[in-house]
Amino acid sequence: MNEPVTEEKAEAVTSLTPAIHISVSPHDRASETTAAIMRDVVIALVPPLGMGVYAFGFRALLVIAVCVTSCILTEYFYQKLMKQPVTVSDLSAVVTGMILAVNMPAGIPLWMPLLGGVFAILVVKQLFGGLGQNIMNPALAARCFLLISFASAMTTFPDTVRTLFEAGAQSGATPLALVKAGESPDWTQMLLNTHNGCIGEASTIAVLIGAAYLLARRVITVHIPALYILSTVGFVCLINVIAGSADVITVNYLIAQICGGGLLIGAFFMANDYVTCPVTPWGQVIYACLLGLLTALFRVVGSSAEGVSFAIILGNLFVPLIERVTVPRPYGVSRKKGGRA
Amino acid sequence: MKSVTFRHGIHPADGKALSADMPIRLVAPVPGGESVYPLSQHIGAPAVPVVSVGDHVSAGQLIAQAGSFVSAPVYASASGTVTSLCPRTTSSGETAPCVVIRSDEVNEWIDPAFDPAGAGAYDPAFPLSCRIDAARLTPDAIRKAVREAGIVGLGGAGFPAAVKLAPKDPDKIDHLIINGAECEPYLTSDYRLMLERGEALVAGCRLLLRLFPNADCRICIEDNKPEAIKHINALLGKTDDTRLSVVPLRAKYPQGGERMLIGAVTGRRLNSAMLPADVGCVVMNAASVVACFYAIAQGRPLTHRIMTVTGDGVKSPCNLEVPIGISYRDVLAAAGGFAGKPEKVITGGPMMGTALYTLDIPVTKTSASILALAKDPVALHDTTPCVHCGKCLRACPENLVPQLLSQAADRGEFDVFEKYGGMECIECGSCAYVCPAKRHLVQSMRYGKRQTGAIIRARKAAEAARKGGTDK
Repeated sequence: MNEPVTEEKAEAVTSLTPAIHISVSPHDRASETTAAIMRDVVIALVPPLGMGVYAFGFRALLVIAVCVTSCILTEYFYQKLMKQPVTVSDLSAVVTGMILAVNMPAGIPLWMPLLGGVFAILVVKQLFGGLGQNIMNPALAARCFLLISFASAMTTFPDTVRTLFEAGAQSGATPLALVKAGESPDWTQMLLNTHNGCIGEASTIAVLIGAAYLLARRVITVHIPALYILSTVGFVCLINVIAGSADVITVNYLIAQICGGGLLIGAFFMANDYVTCPVTPWGQVIYACLLGLLTALFRVVGSSAEGVSFAIILGNLFVPLIERVTVPRPYGVSRKKGGRA
Repeated sequence: MKSVTFRHGIHPADGKALSADMPIRLVAPVPGGESVYPLSQHIGAPAVPVVSVGDHVSAGQLIAQAGSFVSAPVYASASGTVTSLCPRTTSSGETAPCVVIRSDEVNEWIDPAFDPAGAGAYDPAFPLSCRIDAARLTPDAIRKAVREAGIVGLGGAGFPAAVKLAPKDPDKIDHLIINGAECEPYLTSDYRLMLERGEALVAGCRLLLRLFPNADCRICIEDNKPEAIKHINALLGKTDDTRLSVVPLRAKYPQGGERMLIGAVTGRRLNSAMLPADVGCVVMNAASVVACFYAIAQGRPLTHRIMTVTGDGVKSPCNLEVPIGISYRDVLAAAGGFAGKPEKVITGGPMMGTALYTLDIPVTKTSASILALAKDPVALHDTTPCVHCGKCLRACPENLVPQLLSQAADRGEFDVFEKYGGMECIECGSCAYVCPAKRHLVQSMRYGKRQTGAIIRARKAAEAARKGGTDK
């Protein structure tokens, strides 16, 4: 090689120095991140929680603040203590706190949501390995923990302090408890007005607005929520028919089943929690129907008016099994054994 | 006509506007520069050199012959002297045996008709008017011409074209599918080829149809290239050949994947153990068909290919007709070099291409592009834990559960990996693209496929040995 060529080459090297980033394909990524998804869930939870504050007053805001703060601090201190990277900024602890608040009565003593937040993050999430590893929805597991431990405080719902419109404002029990007691609350009230219940259950419309936002942002798909609601209604009817009490099934009764308790918000915000629901298409069908069956059993046969939280955390436990038996057939692989030729 | 497509898939930013309007420009070999020809530029046995150090070769001269039935010969793209036969770094990052030729100043061709800078320059009138000797048009002669020209799948897979064109029973082939999908973002070489060399493409399709008496030819183009669809349709209108038609495909990645393409056009499904011929299809890349046309009509060997040099890290994005064997550095120089300091340089598209750590590698038959990205999108985010969102399932064109399979691979559970269809993965990258946790799913899938493949081969060998034992 003669000199001029070498010099020329040396110059070429400085002007065409290649980059140093080396990685396996693909070399492009969608902009969406886990934190962005969590942020969308936080935004979607604002209408239901906001209506809770509207309906139950400042006290509800206080409960929400305690839940969220408790979750964030528990995660922060646990990760600090364990010398792990602190992942509070991924907003998943905030979401857990908000979901927990959704499930709290506004009048609860504040140390209970505090304890609930610690239980959700420490026991259900972090001790199982952190984000993505928990086998149950942390907020719902914490709710059930509180429900078992402090049944009375967890089921005492204060009257709404404000309603959207005056007519027929209800007090005392939740619509679902009313139908359980044999009464028949007016369905227009349940759909349009605020009603008693947990903080996040105050307004049906607010829940639907949050759900519509998640659907529009493609954070969730409609499959699990829709199937869960439909199958709950179906199983509630079926069980009543089998039990010989088909006469209780009225429009008001069914609307109370959907909107009068935790089903709607549970279906759109908790049953389809990424970590604890199946990803396979048929798995989602089986899981949603299982939740519907359990919810109907708890509500109609069980002693409590509600059943959504227990149904979901029980359903969560079946998810790994359901997924294993519903892995879809790969493209072009035939049904019969040895189809891969 | 309505666009056809497949289930799942993704819509990455396509970046094609950078270079889509740049006409194909011929790059000359650097006089006195080196051309490096890897002996393995295709799937199958490496080619066997037929030249020795010190030999003088003309451009277009055979320098290595096919090593077996599934193999392809290699031709010089510039005249010069063979300086060595030695291993060199190639675009995969591995070193492989190469023939190295130092170019001379004259660049004299073995047949002037092959010289793309001279008599062999693209002339739209030629494919329409050329009269090919009937002896060259028998199926055997066509296959021989394609084989001898060293044509391989120019879309990137590099499967020898002549082998594709020789299925067991040619009469059973009812679809000759021409892949002009070009679904990889940024790449525009096939688009330019269809616009500028459509005559040769159509003529090539008609020649190849002679091999398959019962087949129709479907030229498949994504509907984000309406100009190309219009142009090819206009050319088909001139031929009155009812066996050819354009099939618009919905613009979606990986629409150009062989299994996705066949599924979209015919509704037939292939798995990893099948060949397109098993479902009556032969799939050829558009650029390969153009090369086949010249091989059949003129006996012209494959010496050049069209590359897209693009990305926001390149000074002037363009489409270049490049002599095979010159270095990536020379190709980049022809495009004006880098703009600033790109973070990542890729050969191939952003979805399935290979990141480069050096530009001192030769252009091969399957080099589709140089893509320089000022910012590396992969480095923007750290990997976070999988939250089980299921977006990878809804992206996977193979209907797999990438999340479950990559986890199995990472844990070394290769039985699980195999059971749930991990070997069907085509490594298209759709799952990793959509993953909000930015997990390196393709990396895990590749690892799983490699390990599981070895286990399956060992098992089959053991079974065969046992069977052999009982037979005796």
